[in-house]
Amino acid sequence: MTVRELLEQGFTEVTIPEPDREIRGAYMGDLLSWVMGRCREDAAWLTIMSNVNVIAVASLANPAVVVLTEGVTLPDEIRILAESKGVNVVSTELPSYEAAVELSKLIS
Amino acid sequence: MTEPLVFRFNVDGSDFTSAGQASVHVKKNLRELGLPPEIIRRVSIAMYEGEINMVIHANGGVAEVIVSEDAVEIVLKDQGPGIPNVEQAMQEGFSTAPSSVQSLGFGAGMGLPNMKRYTDTMEIETEVGVGTTIRMKIFLK
Repeated sequence: MTVRELLEQGFTEVTIPEPDREIRGAYMGDLLSWVMGRCREDAAWLTIMSNVNVIAVASLANPAVVVLTEGVTLPDEIRILAESKGVNVVSTELPSYEAAVELSKLIS
Repeated sequence: MTEPLVFRFNVDGSDFTSAGQASVHVKKNLRELGLPPEIIRRVSIAMYEGEINMVIHANGGVAEVIVSEDAVEIVLKDQGPGIPNVEQAMQEGFSTAPSSVQSLGFGAGMGLPNMKRYTDTMEIETEVGVGTTIRMKIFLK
C-alpha cells in the first residue's frame, strides 16, 4: 500500500511530499533512540511525538510515513520542515494500538 | 591510494532544533559517494546519537566523518563534563539526561549502546571536567 492510499482509509494528511512510497511493515515507539535503531526503512512509524527531532529521526531512519496517533498534530513550522525534507506525515484520532491494528489490516 | 575524505561539523549545543543536522548532511554526502545503504544507515544512527549526546550533555562539540577506502570513521569531540563511569554509561537504560529532554523522546539510556551496536569499533577517551572524544569505525570491507 502506498502512503497516498492511506488517506482513503481514514488517515489524515499532514504533509505528503512523497505520496507514492510503498509501506512495508510498521513500527511503534516514542523513544527516538529506540526508533532510530529499530524502525525499518519503508515502515510506517507510529508515534505520539511531534517535536522537530521526529523529523530528524525520520530523515535518518527513512520510514515511508510517520503516523501521528491519538489526535497529535504537527506545529506549522515542523510540518513545513517535514515537507522540505521529504518526510511523509499523516495523523489519526485513533489511539496508538488501534491505529496499529488498523494499519496491520491494511498493509498485510 | 586515494586521500580520505573528511567532513567536519560544528554541533551547536544551544538547542535541540538543530540537533541531527550534521547527521542528515553526512547521510546525504555518503549517499552521493555511493556507499551501501546499510553502511549509511549505521553511520547515520551512530552519528545522530553522538550529536544528541553532545547537545544534551556537553553544550555541543565538533564532529568529523572520515571516509577512506576501507572504513568510515566518526570522531566526536566535546569539552563537556566528561563521563565519570564509562562502564555504567555503556549500559542500556542508564541515563543522566535531565527529565526535560526525556519529554522530547531522548534520555532513554540508549545513546552510547546504540553507537556501539551500529559500529565495528568504538573508543571513548574521557576526562571529568575536560571533555570526551569518541572514535567509531564502520568497516567497508
